[in-house]
Amino acid sequence: MNTPLRRVALAVMVMIVALLANATYVQVFKADSLRNDPRNVRVLLDEYARQRGQISASGTVLASSVATDDRYKYLRTYPTDPLAYAPATGYYSMQYGSNGLEHAEDSVLNGSDNALFGRRLIDMISGRDPRGGNVVTTLNPVMQKVAYDQLTAKNLTGSVVAIEPSTGRVLTMVSTPSYDPNLLAGHDGAATQKTWEQLQQDPRQPMLNRAVSQTYPPGSTFKVIVTAAALSNGIAKPDDQFTAAPRITLPDTATTLENYNGSHCGPGDAQTASLTDAFKYSCNTAFAELGMKVGAAKLKDEANAFGIGTQHPNIPIPWADSTVGTIPDSAAMAQSSIGQRDVALTPLDNAVVAATIANGGVRMKPYLVDQLQAPDLSTLETTKPTSVGQAVTPQVATQVTNLMLESEKNTQGGTQPRSYQIASKTGTAEHGDDPRNTPPHAWYIAFAPAQNPKIAIAVIVENGGDRALAATGGSVAAPIARAVLDAGLGG
Amino acid sequence: MSAPAPPSAGAFPSPPGGFAPAPPPATRRNVELLLLGLAALITTVSLVLVEASQEQAITWEIAKLGAAYLALFGVAHLAVRRFAAFADPLLLPIAALLNGLGLVIIHRVDLAQAQDAAFASLPIPSPDANQQVLWTGLGMVVFVGLLIVLRDYRSLARYAYTLGLIGVIALALPALLPDRYSQVNGAKIWIRLPGFSVQPGEFAKIALIVFFAGVLVSKRDLFTGAGKHVFGMELPRMRDMGPVLLVWVVSVGVLVVEKDLGTSLLIFCTVLCMLYIATERVGWVAVGLLLLAIGFVFAYNVFGHVRVRVETWLHPFADYSNTGYQISQSLFGLATGGLAGTGLGSGRPSQVPFAKTDFIISAIGEELGLIGLSAILMLFCVFTIRGIRTALAIRDSFGKLLAAGLAFTIAIQVFVVVGGVTKLIPLTGLTTPFMSYGGSSLLANYVLLGLLIKVSDAARRPAPARKRVEPIVDASTQLLRKVEGGAA
Repeated sequence: MNTPLRRVALAVMVMIVALLANATYVQVFKADSLRNDPRNVRVLLDEYARQRGQISASGTVLASSVATDDRYKYLRTYPTDPLAYAPATGYYSMQYGSNGLEHAEDSVLNGSDNALFGRRLIDMISGRDPRGGNVVTTLNPVMQKVAYDQLTAKNLTGSVVAIEPSTGRVLTMVSTPSYDPNLLAGHDGAATQKTWEQLQQDPRQPMLNRAVSQTYPPGSTFKVIVTAAALSNGIAKPDDQFTAAPRITLPDTATTLENYNGSHCGPGDAQTASLTDAFKYSCNTAFAELGMKVGAAKLKDEANAFGIGTQHPNIPIPWADSTVGTIPDSAAMAQSSIGQRDVALTPLDNAVVAATIANGGVRMKPYLVDQLQAPDLSTLETTKPTSVGQAVTPQVATQVTNLMLESEKNTQGGTQPRSYQIASKTGTAEHGDDPRNTPPHAWYIAFAPAQNPKIAIAVIVENGGDRALAATGGSVAAPIARAVLDAGLGG
Repeated sequence: MSAPAPPSAGAFPSPPGGFAPAPPPATRRNVELLLLGLAALITTVSLVLVEASQEQAITWEIAKLGAAYLALFGVAHLAVRRFAAFADPLLLPIAALLNGLGLVIIHRVDLAQAQDAAFASLPIPSPDANQQVLWTGLGMVVFVGLLIVLRDYRSLARYAYTLGLIGVIALALPALLPDRYSQVNGAKIWIRLPGFSVQPGEFAKIALIVFFAGVLVSKRDLFTGAGKHVFGMELPRMRDMGPVLLVWVVSVGVLVVEKDLGTSLLIFCTVLCMLYIATERVGWVAVGLLLLAIGFVFAYNVFGHVRVRVETWLHPFADYSNTGYQISQSLFGLATGGLAGTGLGSGRPSQVPFAKTDFIISAIGEELGLIGLSAILMLFCVFTIRGIRTALAIRDSFGKLLAAGLAFTIAIQVFVVVGGVTKLIPLTGLTTPFMSYGGSSLLANYVLLGLLIKVSDAARRPAPARKRVEPIVDASTQLLRKVEGGAA
């Protein structure tokens, strides 16, 4: 009976080896795909059980994780003006993932970033629960709050983006209407789901970050780029004369293009207007003529130099690409010259245009994250300002600045005394299938102080805001921008 | 793998003048005590780790628990010293370590479930670990009692038929009882009485192993010699084979009615193994496996729940939220544990339903990783191999079959349950010996351990043990003479 006994012992060992081999397959070779299976709730639970890092702005805490006594251990909260900061912070939800900085800097916030490896190791050895690193934004809390309050005071749909011209730091990023990310971060699944569905179904799209995700026709603010192209290529000088006609017929078409309200360009009734006056009074017909002189190729080159039509980097949140369109013929060229037809910019693009002029023609890459910090607040990484090229020469930048100073003087409210000078350009962009009867988007881009620019800003109010069809960039968008500039410049 | 020759005076050639009497072989009891201490230490450290990572207070209570645990098994050790001094020194410590780790994991899942309940604002379930500690204590009582009462395991052979009958009745009883006295979670394998419930199948398993060992020993010559030749194989006469087949058919049949495929498979494989050892005919294994295949095809076609099991095994994620949920969660847990595990107390074992009973291996795989799971499997492997070694060393056929059957049934149970939760084979509801929560399983396994220790004591006992055989010579059953004559 001993021979079969030995064989049975062998069979037992074969069985154990089979179990070991199979366990190795499951726990080692198949482990990654099983671990990362979206239905494996453990990974999610672990992440929620870890203390996620803070998002802050100049010492103001925008997002932090507070300890709770439920099984997720920490609740993500947005303690300061959550609606004002939502476009920047984004949300962090158990059911719906994350966006904004919560998504873009997830690896630092959740502590899995390689830069935090050493600290993770120490935490592991010391038995402390691993914590996430912190993200310090470039946002200016005072400006952010003013910008948000300005837009929401009149229940406007729109966006304000301000950047520091010399560095590209994003000082303000507001989009309205907004949402409260606290309501998506809760641990009550049913309540979160209800909030999410309401937000998704809201026709005003509160979760859309208009500052970087939505493109609009720039309207007359685009004249800054047309002017820069003309000046840079020696096609025109500020004193050169262009048509002052209230309307022109576009080449090879029956389509007309007219000035705002069908008015003559500038005061008096001269047949022509200087480029300075055309810019100051934002004459469409003159710019159509100028644009056709510049031509599609040179306009596109100049637009590219300002970043329009190029592939945008993440800042680190995603930034939608802008475009000047195809411009197949002269008529299209004329329409594109006044920022209509296929030209489409995000508010951030337009803020970069103003900032580039303000910075003597040097375009800086915009960025929203100033520092990444370890859990103990020691600095892991500080973002260095990056130049992405000289869009125009300092001379051209100065010429355009002078034109923008003139424009500001001609803008509603632009002559009010203030402690600093603003260089600006307004825009009133038609859109929709029936542009004449659709309230226009009101634009305003500016920088200040004009001689020593600290802030460049772009404001858009969708669909005329509270002025409807009568809206202009000067009447609707400019006051908002000036309030934000006041907040940032202290007066 | 070769077993050491049993100590025998005749094995030594005596030089002229003769040797002084050989010193008695070491009892190895101190090794056992040392290993028990190690088991207690590992269990205590594991408990400390669980408490630490679950942020429970670390108090002297834990040390007391460790000491109490050591004391409990210390009593068992003293009983072995007194009543089975030559027993294999590894069997008891392995059982103690498995039992201890099982307790720690059950306690750990208790904590997780309490946390889950608190989160869902449900009443916190009473901790099962306390109950299991009670069962462990009772297990020790049964174990020690068995060592004392059962002076010679060979006397069990006398009760082979009685035990067989009891086994069959115990197996069949739940099937005959109304559902409300026998059904828990769909399996009709319980006897539910006010106050407590038992799974008679756990005990029936051991009774049937004793029965088969007894019957196969008394008739094994007939099996191999007196039958007809079919396809080159010698089949035994029906009247010899009858009792074996009957018990086997009844047990399998009853289990099919009770929908407990795990126990069915367990008993079937154990009987097949014992039959093979008794007859030394591979043909029997072939016939058995053929029968198993036929039985499986039959069950697959007839029983819906068998089809579901197989379907779930092949495609665990196909019906994720329903039939596949448990195995999916088990696989997720094992994968999350990976090679080194999440650490004791740091995983999420309560994600797997039945983490304390059928799926305790998943909890080990998650928190202790492949390394911990392999260690547990190796413990079971060593336990089984030591059991089979005992069978090799013992000289009487009944002891051989009994030890082999008991050891092999542990191995097959581990294979079925671990293979089930790791998706090697279809899932069947079985407990992990010594580890899973449940009194029936634990008590039955301590009975099994007691028997195995008794046999190994006899196997390793030096020559003077012959004197102890004398009372059996007095016994006049044909069976026992056969046992002596059949010594290998």
